[in-house]
Amino acid sequence: MERYYQEDIECAPRERIKAIQDEKLLKQVRHVWENVPYYRRKMEEKGVTPDDIHSSDDLYKLPFLSKTDLREAYPYGLLGVPLKDCVRIQSTSGTTGKRVVAFYTQEDIDLWEECCARAIMAAGGTNEDVCQVSYGYGLFTGGPGLNGGSHKVGCLTIPTSSGNTDRQIMFIMDLKTTILCCTPSYAAYLGERMRELGYGPDDIPLKAGIFGAEAWSEEMRRDIEKTLGIKAYDIYGLTELSGPGVSFECSAQGGMHINEDHFIAEIIDPDTGEVLPEGSQGELVFTAIDKKAFPMIRYRTRDICMLTREKCSCGRTHVRMMKPKGRSDDMLIIRGVNVFPSQIETVLLNQGYAANYQIIVDRMNNTDTLDVQVEMTPEMFTDNLGEVEARKKALVEGLKSMLGLKANVTLVAPKSIQRSEGKAVRVIDKRKI
Amino acid sequence: MSIKQISVFLENKPGTLNKMTKVLAEHDIDMRALSLAETKDFGIVRIIVDDVFQATNVLKEADFVASLTPVLAFAIPDEPGGLNKLLDAFTEEKVNLEYMYAFLGGKDTNHAYMIFRVSDAKSAENALAARGFKALTQEEISQI
Ligand SMILES: [Zn+2]
Repeated sequence: MERYYQEDIECAPRERIKAIQDEKLLKQVRHVWENVPYYRRKMEEKGVTPDDIHSSDDLYKLPFLSKTDLREAYPYGLLGVPLKDCVRIQSTSGTTGKRVVAFYTQEDIDLWEECCARAIMAAGGTNEDVCQVSYGYGLFTGGPGLNGGSHKVGCLTIPTSSGNTDRQIMFIMDLKTTILCCTPSYAAYLGERMRELGYGPDDIPLKAGIFGAEAWSEEMRRDIEKTLGIKAYDIYGLTELSGPGVSFECSAQGGMHINEDHFIAEIIDPDTGEVLPEGSQGELVFTAIDKKAFPMIRYRTRDICMLTREKCSCGRTHVRMMKPKGRSDDMLIIRGVNVFPSQIETVLLNQGYAANYQIIVDRMNNTDTLDVQVEMTPEMFTDNLGEVEARKKALVEGLKSMLGLKANVTLVAPKSIQRSEGKAVRVIDKRKI
Repeated sequence: MSIKQISVFLENKPGTLNKMTKVLAEHDIDMRALSLAETKDFGIVRIIVDDVFQATNVLKEADFVASLTPVLAFAIPDEPGGLNKLLDAFTEEKVNLEYMYAFLGGKDTNHAYMIFRVSDAKSAENALAARGFKALTQEEISQI
């Protein structure tokens, strides 16, 4: 039986969701126009005023916000309310060093925690569950978000935070944790450790896991589900938009429902900024229509994904986003297929290789070629040639199923891949040279 | 006693084997035996050395991926049918051979030496010993 935290809104008819979005967007645009001079200036530059926005259909008229804006406006430039009305900040490290600092009013926190509560109930959670939050607590949004959501559902909450694996396992076994919240890589690691300690899936009391904050593959999901004996649910979010719970998976495990009563999602062409029709793959853009302290309008996530409004078997009517395929800033187009280094990395890590690889794209006889060089590791090496060959074949197969494209894999010596400031140079695109 | 073979990953391009032999030479490590298995883009070189511990360390320091594998070494009288008798014993004991290679002793010219990689070195060794074929120890190999 599917459980909902707020069934009325989570399963509302489309027209009602649209009406809510229209009304909230108008208010939000006016709020930002009046209280966030940084964004008002951007609107003026584009020649738009709140009077031009009559419904969510006019969203496309508004200017985008990006990581660059966050950097320029740091720390208070995008603040929408007086500081005395803010009760908390959360923060994440930006890619270029400057941190993102997001502000919250009490209402902002309440709606964020409600989103997390929806995710926990979609994973089958009730007030009879024991929910262990093994995301980091502190500036990182993972711990505080799921912690708040768990309280709202009424679960017995175990705030272990991240790390100290043996203590995590002690709590899982002794207090019979039923729901685990952490990053997928940590879940995989916990599973490994529990197996080492002799716990099989039937001994482990867990029934569900809510895993997010990093990219993970279907393969990894199946592995985790098998080792821990659980159903694993994906959750998505960004500090800029609140934190985890912007969207979450339901029992159908076929994409994450975006909480559309709080966020409007668009898919745009990352190059032109043009809004793309439903079903297209492109950059995900979010408008937070409720958040007052840090009101992001048309925030470019850089995540490349697809939206679908197809009916979901769980009964929820909110649009679903597919797992992001990668980042728009490092997307490669090879033989017409979008390829992200992160996808290749996922396959490598899933199969036991290290993330030391190089992607070489070239063009021969008018056809793109994809070569992946992978450094050999002690873990993947044996004295048996057939075995090493078999593992290499498995890697080629894994890449093919992830990318939909055949890659030529070469195993190379450790540390033979060119490095820049200690990190391997990931992509060499000879087509551009 | 099984002995330790060092298996090293090599890229299949000019000079890589030479790079490895150079590292060993610079550290005065003596190779007793060497065998190479390769595909078109990589190879595995298997070596028996006099000082396994030092060899493994210097290879690692030089960024080679190397692993240790227990193998069985036998001295075989250099005469017709010498190897055949030993292999008969392998067959009768149902020992599964993954690969094997030969080398000649230095001072000792009366014996040929064979290295065998089997799936379970310990039980193979016991079974063969019971039939009078005693595997060489690490010590004995170092002294050849
Ligand atoms: Zn659903």
